[in-house]
Amino acid sequence: MDLTYTEEEEAFRAVLREWLATALLKLPDRPSPHDWPGRRAYDTAWQRTLYDAGYGHVHWDASPTQRLIFLEETEKAGAPYVGANFVGLLHAGPTIASEGTPEQRARWLPPVLRGEEVWCQGFSEPDAGSDLASLRTRAWRDGDHYVVSGSKIWTSHAEVADWCELLVRTTPVSEAVPKHRGITWLAMPMDAPGITVRPLRTLAGSTEFAEMFLDEVRVPVAHRVGDENDGWRVTMVTLSYERGTAFVGEVVACRRVLGEIAREARRNGRWDDPALRRRLGRLAAEFSALWRLTQWNVSEAQRTGGVPGAGGSVFKLRYSHARQELYDAAAHVLGEDALDLGHEWTLDRLSSLAYTIAAGTSQIQQNIVAERILGLPKGR
Amino acid sequence: MDFQLTDDQRALRTGVRELLEGRLSSRASLRDTAGRIDRGLWRELGEAGFFSLALPEDRGGVGLGPPEAVLAFEEAGRVLLPGPAVATFLAAGEVVGAGTGEAVVTAVDGTLVPWLEEADVVQGDVTGAVPLRSVDPLTPLHRVPGAPRPGRGVLLHAAEQLGSAVRTCETAVQYAREREQFGQPIGAFQAVKHLCAQMLVRAEVARAAVYAAAVTGDALEAAGAKLLADDAAVRNARDCLQVHGGMGFTWEADVHLHLKRAWVRARLGQVADEAEEALASAL
Repeated sequence: MDLTYTEEEEAFRAVLREWLATALLKLPDRPSPHDWPGRRAYDTAWQRTLYDAGYGHVHWDASPTQRLIFLEETEKAGAPYVGANFVGLLHAGPTIASEGTPEQRARWLPPVLRGEEVWCQGFSEPDAGSDLASLRTRAWRDGDHYVVSGSKIWTSHAEVADWCELLVRTTPVSEAVPKHRGITWLAMPMDAPGITVRPLRTLAGSTEFAEMFLDEVRVPVAHRVGDENDGWRVTMVTLSYERGTAFVGEVVACRRVLGEIAREARRNGRWDDPALRRRLGRLAAEFSALWRLTQWNVSEAQRTGGVPGAGGSVFKLRYSHARQELYDAAAHVLGEDALDLGHEWTLDRLSSLAYTIAAGTSQIQQNIVAERILGLPKGR
Repeated sequence: MDFQLTDDQRALRTGVRELLEGRLSSRASLRDTAGRIDRGLWRELGEAGFFSLALPEDRGGVGLGPPEAVLAFEEAGRVLLPGPAVATFLAAGEVVGAGTGEAVVTAVDGTLVPWLEEADVVQGDVTGAVPLRSVDPLTPLHRVPGAPRPGRGVLLHAAEQLGSAVRTCETAVQYAREREQFGQPIGAFQAVKHLCAQMLVRAEVARAAVYAAAVTGDALEAAGAKLLADDAAVRNARDCLQVHGGMGFTWEADVHLHLKRAWVRARLGQVADEAEEALASAL
């Protein structure tokens, strides 16, 4: 067990830190959360800056430890996170890199790395959220095209995306074809005729995701990643990345926010309440442990050749609840100001409610832990 | 950075586990030792280097560090090793015979002294010590008057709590796979699955905290680790009891021993409100 970084890793950190100090000076003001074109421009420009400095590939090519350092340092420096580039960089990109043909990699990966094209995620459906494999959006072959009809929901970044990683059913479910088979992974251009996007307003007031209606949308067969009916396996490649090191920067941010909450409590007098101090002390232990668990998981991934293990589910379960408790504590410290949408912590408190739902609800994660790690039998 | 067990550390853990499980695997052996220390086992542990693990080799020790000590005490926690193992370990090199397991050493730890009457050497002022009818049948306790004395073995107590939390999780999972109700193993029911999943989460979060505190040697990190390990041990024992149903409420299962010991350990080393205040003041 060793928590010291190698010379090479420390050198990577030092060069990155020095670069960030100057790069961030040139960063324009952050656009409002409601200005989607502005957000797209801001996020893709940052990705271009990273690319030009040689950090564009860091989510794909760097070792797990280097990626940990990258996320730690960028968060500490106050640099933007992936934002509108999220799906392209962390979902569709790694999937195409791993499962795509050489032509597909050449077509889709460079624009993602250079911040030129934005992707959205078309996985969930109104009747297939947590039970993703029950999706019903149909695709059938017409010559060298698939024709797609159906609807998607929770389609992140749909408003500004150029491409959609789309899961469709290419073979109906039957006794011979269970629901996990018969699914195919397609790259759908968002300007194709037949696509209607209806933004959904989140309880935090923003439009992070949308409903999407597909009416006989034509997608070239050449845009299929992986084999026909093999989309479930292809998708699992993507999800394992999501549950791997996706929250590194956020844990660093939560530790910073906890310090800010303590400073605010000392300023406004609530620090005199021993119950509050103890609550914040416990949160300090919690986020310290979550940071160590992150290092544990990253070290494990490093040993197994970069594949994130099942520890991701353990981490997400605990982190998503801890984040909600952190902002509840912030609200306690703020008092009436916690009801003011003008306060950053109020918006963050509202957003934190997504964490126990998105990317597999806490209930689904508990099933995963129980069945895949502990080996408990599947229920009926 | 390679925050995983080395091959040597895995081998050490396996060795300690085999030694302890060989001697303390059955309920009967635990019951027979109630209130008494198995001197034979104590000496055997001494010979194996358990108490002198962290002493330099030129002082008769094994020359290992806090991470190895934590791994050994995690194993002690798994099997509910009876006796003041933490105090004896800390006294190795200070008290003659402690490192070899010839002497049983206890100490005033917070407001409590475990094993006061059985111990050969008692460290700290025990004037006015009053016996408790200890809730844990395997740990006799005395209370000492006055202000609490800070304990030294915060991280080792935390490691024992971790071992207990891991063990009760494993026990619950095993029971949930075997015990059938309504025509299927109870582990197939989501309500039971979710109890078990949360037990693993608590244990793994505590593990990361305890191991990291052993590596960094940071007192505040050890305080946080104890906090989380106390929580994991107590709550996992309760959930394990729940999974066992009525059987968990009896002496037929070991679960109650884990819960009672976890309550005792939570009062040793550093108690929760002290740890929370210490962590808060550093924010």
